[in-house]
Amino acid sequence: MIALLLRDLRLAVRAGGGFGLGLAFFLIVVVLVPFGVGPEAEILSRIAPGILWVASLLAALLSLDRIFALDYEDGALALIATSPLPLEGAAFVKALAHWITTGLPLTLAAPALGFLLNLKPDAYWFLFISLALGTPALSMIGTFGAALTVGLRRGGLLMSLLVLPLYVPTLIFGAETVRRGAEGLTTTTPLVMVAGITAGVFAFLPFATAAALRINLR
Amino acid sequence: MSLWEYANPKKFMSFTAPILPVVTVAALVCLVSGLVWGFFFTPEDYRQGSTVKIFYIHVPSALMAINAWFMMLVASLIWLIRRHHVSALAAKAAAPVGIVMTLIALVTGAIWGQPMWGTWWAWDPRLTSFLILFLFYLGYVALWAAIDDPDTAADLTSVLCIVGSVFAVLSRYAVNFWNQGLHQGASLSMDAEENVADIFWYPALVAIAGFVLLFIALVLLRTRTEIRLRRIRALETRARRS
Repeated sequence: MIALLLRDLRLAVRAGGGFGLGLAFFLIVVVLVPFGVGPEAEILSRIAPGILWVASLLAALLSLDRIFALDYEDGALALIATSPLPLEGAAFVKALAHWITTGLPLTLAAPALGFLLNLKPDAYWFLFISLALGTPALSMIGTFGAALTVGLRRGGLLMSLLVLPLYVPTLIFGAETVRRGAEGLTTTTPLVMVAGITAGVFAFLPFATAAALRINLR
Repeated sequence: MSLWEYANPKKFMSFTAPILPVVTVAALVCLVSGLVWGFFFTPEDYRQGSTVKIFYIHVPSALMAINAWFMMLVASLIWLIRRHHVSALAAKAAAPVGIVMTLIALVTGAIWGQPMWGTWWAWDPRLTSFLILFLFYLGYVALWAAIDDPDTAADLTSVLCIVGSVFAVLSRYAVNFWNQGLHQGASLSMDAEENVADIFWYPALVAIAGFVLLFIALVLLRTRTEIRLRRIRALETRARRS
């Protein structure tokens, strides 16, 4: 498992593009928003939690088709499937590697981008913690979507259609945490829900992902 | 004699052939009588005026939109567990019907909401969860359409249907969280204290029965079409080989 994780991380860093691209995309989306809605600080600070969450969601989506597509094409996925490691474990590791290469940098960079959107100072901590708890769920759900569409030649667009509705609950609770944090309300409930979604998703979706992979490799 | 015998396509075809016209006629009778009764022979609501009458289309279609997904879930589970092709094809056949039901519910709701709430659309929990349900239907149908091999498509869409069901329920409760419900609560449930008056209730029941029968008729028809398409494809491959 660790070997697979290290291999995926090394591939992501050395193959170029994948690692920094999501982060750059995140930056650009966040920068584009003030151009679209105007630079009034008040409006920006009100919509900042939602924008930051939606942008990180899109950035996570961007790199999803890289999770399985390359391995599927060169046959590495078939090797992984026949290795002693259960495919469920491989699915888990793939999601983890995706999170380390996209979710984690996003989480670390998001508070810095909060400055650009005039996010209220109280909310930085909640933005960081809600992203830290929520982005693993995004990676796992995305891995499931990638597994469903891995056999398709142009699965990228279809995958967005499949994955984005699945992101809705995480997005609602994540953005709600930051919004409540910004207004100084109690954030326990949405934060617990985000953590619950992540825990539940990691408990069940590796099995669904592995099932989808087995069907596609048949 | 067990229920599973009807999973045999031949048995299914011969069993549904005489049933389909009966269900279709019953659906038409129920729909026409329920809607005519509702539109012309019920008094107007004292607050809503004549707009209350859209409710005879809105409520049954919303009901069927959810139940169609539920039916697809059951059919997907049967396909994954027992591998009956008819079951997978029935799930495939139900999805577009479900899309149309969801659309009818959304559109009639918007038409009703414009004079009543003063807006075509509000980000209310119920409305939002229906929109999400609509997106799930779209994704499901798109996945069916994208995969060439029928068995792989059936497998993958079944997995998607099961995972999607969990997330649809989750979204339903997540949007509740906004806590700004504009949509009224259930007014047709059996145990609610405040229900609609009987005079609206009976035509609504007939209309609901009509929508259920219509759904069954459409799904049977579409499943039969899918089975015939499969047979044609099998015949074509056989002809090509010989």
